[in-house]
Amino acid sequence: MMENPTKFIVEPNKQEVFIIREFDYPREMVFKAHEDPELLVQWLGPDNRKVKIDYYDSRTGGSYRYLICNQAGKEVAAFNGVIHEVTFPERIMQTFEYEGLPERGHVTLDTILFEDLPGKRCKVTIHSVFRSLSDRDGMMQSGVETGVNEGYVKLEKLLALMGSIA
Amino acid sequence: MLETRRDIFQAIADPTRRAILTLIALQAMTPNAIAEHFDSSRQAVSKHIQILIECKLVDQELTGREIYYHLNPQKMKEVADWLEPFRELWEGRYRKLDKLLANLKNKK
Repeated sequence: MMENPTKFIVEPNKQEVFIIREFDYPREMVFKAHEDPELLVQWLGPDNRKVKIDYYDSRTGGSYRYLICNQAGKEVAAFNGVIHEVTFPERIMQTFEYEGLPERGHVTLDTILFEDLPGKRCKVTIHSVFRSLSDRDGMMQSGVETGVNEGYVKLEKLLALMGSIA
Repeated sequence: MLETRRDIFQAIADPTRRAILTLIALQAMTPNAIAEHFDSSRQAVSKHIQILIECKLVDQELTGREIYYHLNPQKMKEVADWLEPFRELWEGRYRKLDKLLANLKNKK
């Protein structure tokens, strides 16, 4: 079976990102995989990394915290947020914060929409709103969510490039 | 006036410039041919092209008496590369999610 493409909308000078993906499974099922921490840990982590739940209270008014660990079990990144709304099977709204930044306050508001498609398929749209443009661009480049530093190498390359153009 | 910094992200921030890039991605074009696609004045379009040239997203070539503008694919790739870590992360995640969903469906 062909893999469904993931669409990214990252427009210049906008503090938001859209990630859009269709699934060949019913919306209720895909929603569950986003809501149930036991299912979430099975796909949220990048390759070669393990997701460890610190706490995950998946309901309106709840909160979460999870760790990304390397294969030796060492924590390489941590994320937390509060859950604003869980409306089965159509919408989840929550905040998201990476704990590895030098200061707090760089939080996104994420809305995950689940839409029915014909043929027992569905479409998931993640809309992330960042507090600033530099927050967004930093997150895009950093690769922090993968818990590796490849992203920083790319960022350095980009900065060098921008320096040579300016 | 503030001096504007020229970088590729600033270059693609403008919708007219993005439209110009899309046009010349298909084929090299003369300034007149490009301007015909826009309602704005030739001078305005020409200014956009100049910015794209300064950012090295567009190259110019003299063929006969005409200047042709064409896309610099290497530079465009640098714009795309910028998103790579994020793209890889999500594509990897969703690949895993597909597998998980397949497993869940089979268990039923």
